[in-house]
Amino acid sequence: MPQNTSSSPNYAYVITANHLITGEVVYVAQDQTWTPWIQHALTYADDTQMQAALTLAQSQTETVVGVYSAKVQITDTGIETTHFREAFRVTGPSNYAHGKQQESLFNV
Amino acid sequence: MYKYSEFDHAFIAERNRQFRTQVAHRLNGTLTEDEFKPLRLMNGVYLQLHAYMLRVAIPYGTLNSTQMNALADIAERWDKGYGHFTTRQNIQFNWPKLSDIPDILDHLATVEMHALQTSGNTIRNVTTDHFAGAAKDELFDPRPYAELIRQWSTDHPEFQFMPRKFKIAVTASPEDRAVTKAHDIGLRGLIRDGQIGFQVIVGGGLGRTPMVGKILKEFIPINELLPYLEATVSVWNLLGRRDNKYKARIKITVHEHGIDDIRARVEDRFNLIKLGYGPMDLEYVETLKAHFSEPDYDISEAHFELPKTGPMAAWIDTNTHAHKQDAYVSVSISLKKHGDTPGDASARQMRIIAELAKHFAHDEIRISHEQNVILPHVPKRHLAQIYEVLRSVNLNTANTGLISDIIACPGMDYCALATARSIPIAQQIAQHFDALKLEHDIGPMKIKISGCINACGHHHVGHIGILGLDRAGVENYQITLGGDGGPNMTLGDRMGPGFSAQEVIPAIERIVFAYLDVRQASDETFLDCYRRVGSDPFKTALYHASETQAAE
Repeated sequence: MPQNTSSSPNYAYVITANHLITGEVVYVAQDQTWTPWIQHALTYADDTQMQAALTLAQSQTETVVGVYSAKVQITDTGIETTHFREAFRVTGPSNYAHGKQQESLFNV
Repeated sequence: MYKYSEFDHAFIAERNRQFRTQVAHRLNGTLTEDEFKPLRLMNGVYLQLHAYMLRVAIPYGTLNSTQMNALADIAERWDKGYGHFTTRQNIQFNWPKLSDIPDILDHLATVEMHALQTSGNTIRNVTTDHFAGAAKDELFDPRPYAELIRQWSTDHPEFQFMPRKFKIAVTASPEDRAVTKAHDIGLRGLIRDGQIGFQVIVGGGLGRTPMVGKILKEFIPINELLPYLEATVSVWNLLGRRDNKYKARIKITVHEHGIDDIRARVEDRFNLIKLGYGPMDLEYVETLKAHFSEPDYDISEAHFELPKTGPMAAWIDTNTHAHKQDAYVSVSISLKKHGDTPGDASARQMRIIAELAKHFAHDEIRISHEQNVILPHVPKRHLAQIYEVLRSVNLNTANTGLISDIIACPGMDYCALATARSIPIAQQIAQHFDALKLEHDIGPMKIKISGCINACGHHHVGHIGILGLDRAGVENYQITLGGDGGPNMTLGDRMGPGFSAQEVIPAIERIVFAYLDVRQASDETFLDCYRRVGSDPFKTALYHASETQAAE
């Protein structure tokens, strides 16, 4: 599936969910596995491809729960969320640094 | 406090065994998520924004040191080293793995705790006055009756799949520190002709349709309490709207049918079922009361002097409450250090609180619905030692009932339902007024913040209420003023258009400065002042401050 890598601001989708065992926020990765890091996520600019990927992801009920697509913006610095809810899912809580933001791969 | 019977131990063990099997079936794919979700919710397990969340019941907010240490164990071993005390006197763990939760529940069972009915459309944890059994102003200790209700409602076969959740609060103080009028059923203790009973209030609630509860029965004697409660819940279970979850709570049923119609239906049902109950086993109530017997008070003469000035004096002034024994006080341990997350306690803090309770306070701990921890029975002569220990772990903040003692729901920092953040707003307000050194001058002030319309932060009954919403992808905060969760519960008045996250702290400051400007004297509280002058000065401060300044 193509990844949109346009240098100008551009909208696309990522497929996201929570991991079944840990509950951690995860994304469909470029290698079709699940990754906790949005910067490793596969993006879908094409709605038909996104829907197909969403259907496939929703079938992985023994790995993830609560699968949906989230709108993102592709910028020169990478994948950026377009809604603050998704931003907190990327980083973890904002009251103090814990959750994903404490992990070494944050902002990869 | 209540000690489990053999039946209780066996019941919890069996339920835990069942859930362990259900989790295994979910993980191996035998159960789908749709099949598993109601099962995990029956055991207090939610899936939140970043992780699973386990909500553990603390019946009527009562704990002992062993139980508090077990909560610390869970925080350290299976979570991120802390727990979050909630507005229903429970505790939530924000980061457990699903595969670990059966072990957590087994650990809870060793200290007679569980997570049953902390979620789902059942009767939830019964709440009560956090000073129950200790308060100088109470008529009697309401906890034996709260325990009676807990036993009746736990696993009640008729009430496991109701239209929505159902919340009961019990108080026996005229001050009503349990906010009974905001509950599906609120019980207010009374003594008539020497007989203990309750006034029954029904149909209160907050959420998207806030309503003040109405009196269903002026007095129900204790020997008829359970059949009357059963009749009330049963009538609603039949009438309640199952077609629309937003209209399913009993407050809507009461509103749509009218209190007189509901009262007549409840009386009919009550008369039908009370014979089946037989004469209430008052002997059993006496047995329950024995579980809540008063501690062996140490009222021997002791030589001690409490400080009159300084930080400890300020703490004693704000964080202690009158006890029925003159030599005692109830201590509120604030979980609202300026800038910290309201209601959070680290495992170390939990263990210190447990030690203090064990050594100085008759091994009793309470959780308040305002997200603080209470030592209900503290000899005054131990206050100085307790203060120093609390100071060593940042639990000595002298702010109970003041502007930084804020109720805040988890909001979008944790909650999957939230539409905006609550906690950072609470953190900023607390830090802002701490920096201004105005907190004690402002006096009694209850700010309550919810991160969505479900109102878990009780914003409708905040003197200042703040509701966080999502307005076109941006956090926006509506302000209400004049709410009150006390005996004469009042819903706050919405002021006008909301404020952005950046604007809301200055907006709160303008409200406070307007209050300081218009109050008649330093002892006129914000709430009294608001009731006297109305909303106009505050609306002007909120929305026309720049015009006022320009005119000056």
